[in-house]
Amino acid sequence: MSELTKKSLTEIANLIKKKEIKSEEVTQSFIKNIEKDKKLNSFITKCSELALKKAKDFDKKPKLNNLLPGIPIAVKDLFCTNGVKTTAGSKMLENFIPNYESTITNNLWNEGAFLLGKLNCDEYAMGSSNETSYFGNVMNPIAENTVPGGSSGGSASALTANLTPATIGTDTGGSIRQPASFTGTVGLKPTYGLCSRWGIVAFASSLDQAGPMTKSVEDCALMLEAMAGFDEKDSTSINKKKENYSKNLTDKIKGLKIGIPKEYRVEGMPKEIDKLWENGKKILKDSGAEIIDISLPNTKYALPAYYIVAPAEASSNLARYDGVKYGFRSSKGNNLIEMYENTRSEGFGDEVKRRILIGTYVLSSGYYDAYYLKAQKVRQLIKNDFDQAFKKVDTILTPSTPSSAFKIGEKKDDPISMYLNDIFTVPVNLAGIPAISIPAGHDNNKFPLGLQLIAKPLDEQKLLNIAFAVEKKINFKQMLNRWWEK
Amino acid sequence: MSEKSEKYLLSGEKSKWEVVIGLEVHAQVTSNSKLFSASSTKFGAEPNTQVSLIDSAFPGMLPVINEYCIQQAVKTGLGLNAKINSYSVFDRKNYFYADLPQGYQISQYKNPIVGEGEITLDLPNGSKKVGIERLHLEQDAGKSIHDLDPSSTFVDLNRSGVALMEIVSKPDLRSPDEVNAYVKKLRSIMRYLGTCDGNMQEGSLRADVNVSVRKEGDTKLGTRCEIKNVNSIKFMQMAIVYEAKRQVELLESGKSIDQETRLFDTKKNETRSMRSKEDAHDYRYFPDPDLLPLNLDKKLIEKIKKDLPELPDEKKERFIKEHSLTTYEANVLVSEKEISNYFEEVIKTSDKKLAKNWIMGDLFASLNEKNISISESPVTAKKMSQLIDSISSGVISGRTAKEVFEIMKETGEDPKKIIESKGLQQKSDPKELEKIIDKILLDNKDKAEQYKSGKDKLFGFFVGQVMKESGGKANPQLVNEILKKKLK
Repeated sequence: MSELTKKSLTEIANLIKKKEIKSEEVTQSFIKNIEKDKKLNSFITKCSELALKKAKDFDKKPKLNNLLPGIPIAVKDLFCTNGVKTTAGSKMLENFIPNYESTITNNLWNEGAFLLGKLNCDEYAMGSSNETSYFGNVMNPIAENTVPGGSSGGSASALTANLTPATIGTDTGGSIRQPASFTGTVGLKPTYGLCSRWGIVAFASSLDQAGPMTKSVEDCALMLEAMAGFDEKDSTSINKKKENYSKNLTDKIKGLKIGIPKEYRVEGMPKEIDKLWENGKKILKDSGAEIIDISLPNTKYALPAYYIVAPAEASSNLARYDGVKYGFRSSKGNNLIEMYENTRSEGFGDEVKRRILIGTYVLSSGYYDAYYLKAQKVRQLIKNDFDQAFKKVDTILTPSTPSSAFKIGEKKDDPISMYLNDIFTVPVNLAGIPAISIPAGHDNNKFPLGLQLIAKPLDEQKLLNIAFAVEKKINFKQMLNRWWEK
Repeated sequence: MSEKSEKYLLSGEKSKWEVVIGLEVHAQVTSNSKLFSASSTKFGAEPNTQVSLIDSAFPGMLPVINEYCIQQAVKTGLGLNAKINSYSVFDRKNYFYADLPQGYQISQYKNPIVGEGEITLDLPNGSKKVGIERLHLEQDAGKSIHDLDPSSTFVDLNRSGVALMEIVSKPDLRSPDEVNAYVKKLRSIMRYLGTCDGNMQEGSLRADVNVSVRKEGDTKLGTRCEIKNVNSIKFMQMAIVYEAKRQVELLESGKSIDQETRLFDTKKNETRSMRSKEDAHDYRYFPDPDLLPLNLDKKLIEKIKKDLPELPDEKKERFIKEHSLTTYEANVLVSEKEISNYFEEVIKTSDKKLAKNWIMGDLFASLNEKNISISESPVTAKKMSQLIDSISSGVISGRTAKEVFEIMKETGEDPKKIIESKGLQQKSDPKELEKIIDKILLDNKDKAEQYKSGKDKLFGFFVGQVMKESGGKANPQLVNEILKKKLK
């Protein structure tokens, strides 16, 4: 493996800016790594030729003032990319080639980056282990037959294995933060509305948010800066000035108040995670922050509310995949209804069908008030909890997940236990606030564990600064033997 | 309606029945682009040429509200004397159909943009107020075409996403004639406002018709049936007549009415069951998470209110007051914006009474004859004005004017030119007329004597002779005056 691919995004960008390396060299190195991978299955589509051409074009006329000059980036296959297959991990879109570019990827390309490939993910981002993808399981580089988390599992896996210098995912209930935690990487879910949803295959519109997945907090700031911005094509986009997250990044967090919510100390949580959390508190205290115990009393209702709101929106969002206009269409059926039934039965996987069924049920007349409306009320209560908490503290510290990465197949047939994986990440999506997961240590199996920091809306800079300070003191090291190249 | 007017009642075998009707009118918002996308809304384009990625529901596409359509809905609400809701919500109405690309229609369910209002109908026996329940905005679907191929259905998405206003009336209508008056008035108001062109041939105005019947004197509403998507007033009336009779027959034979959705077959002139209440769609309405709730700025509403044009009711009152029209005449002249504009244009310079008579008489007859609208008439307001002025100033007689108009309505020629080229100007020179009269009196000495001795009826004979001699161009008034003098 080229040493170059081990470097952080910021380091590579600086080398290119200083003209010490060329984009082509960087791109070649990542392509080589991608070719050597035989087992991870993190890519659905590889764009090696296209990337090399873009790299050469860049080297001919380098624009060095951009944030991501000549950087090849692979992205989750939920972002529509002009002229490049976009599958959302589903048979339904197996051969779908958009003729448009998502706002987020377009923002990255405008900052000098170009597409390296499309990364595997759970089907329509529904899953916590990347086991629901039509294109097969993705493995976690930390150990064979271990899940990378999900739904942005391909992104986390590719990033960890140095197959891309940075990547982007989407997070509806933890789909960036949980895989980041499982792979020892950094993942940030921004404030709802900070990153445009235009051109991202929708799962649950009121919860979906794109965010960066990187090897360091510094890289995370750089990526977020490139991605974020108002988009008039997305009615839920926040109209505010762009921020210079990377330039303003600092580890000086003295005097900041950090909240520790008692409700996140769940039963049966491994001791190692408790230890990790304690260590996080100690580091923050040592850095001059003040630790304050807080309560988020409605936390326990978050997961059930989420599993009503998200499937409800999904059931409607996925109605457009009907075989009429684009994507998969079953050859069976004698009339429109039969064509619909066969197309959707054959085109969607089990988890997607499960959520469409749940969503259809909770929106049905007679059940709407008891489920959907009540879940929306719970959502408001959870938001209120956070609003109250942020009157007292600047940030909240929690573990990212209640366990480390698990074995492939271990939870596949137990949806409840699978859904419990998102217990610490889901409340943040319901409240529409930003949160980051950073690698914070290993468990007894040497599997990475993450800590989550949560902030109030649009407080990404503070979030990044605190994460930056913690990251420096924790000094997390990946322990990888690159088994997937053998 | 005034008390005197006769009630529309259906006579069954056993009793008399009252028909209760409510309409859900779907009016296409006049707007260059669609409700949530920038695609054109122009009628008659090649199939699927006015379709954006949003209209065809490609993955990741998001709706963005067209502000102009919002303003048009507010304007219409104000025109219907309705409450404008400063807070409204767009919901998703979920159902599968081949011409509904999203698998849901974006509509307004619990919180429409416009609440209760009222319009006044002008009926032969007086006026009647009809309540408006609500007005909400929604997307139109595309069009499925089943008859181009024996085994396939084609879909045209040009209409997909076009903005519609659904205007729901209260069940206040009682006869096919009232329905006619209601739809015409609604259409007229929207055309005055410029918010819907009301073109029924192009599908800009369609209605779902709710019909129920009850025994004369009952106050409780009967079970209703909804007749879907009727696209002309005539068909609405036919459907109501059929449906009401069907319901009366059922009830009188001891059966009950099933609440259901029905279709009107225009060829067989009958309604047929489409789906029963049990089979009714569960639309699973919920707020569209891609769109934030709509919060209207009070200032915007005030501004739209301030800029509202004069509407038919106000105009009618003004016409009666300013132009001494009867209620009937005023109703006719304000019924369409173009007609009232035409009238006002003509009377800017010309005599009001002549203008009214010519427009409602000869002009309307010619429009009917050619089946064209007033804006398509070759006789423009300006030319009509010239024609009327020629009468007022005595250049031509009323009778000659009719001759001139016959040419104008075919060729659209300028009346002055017609008069000149055909030499139709009246002879109004007294000396010239005197010469003619003297000649006639000389030629008919005997008759002149008879007249003078008391045979008054002969006066008409002399007039006729003079007119004949002058080729019909003699000014009749002058001829009268001179003749009377000479025959004294």
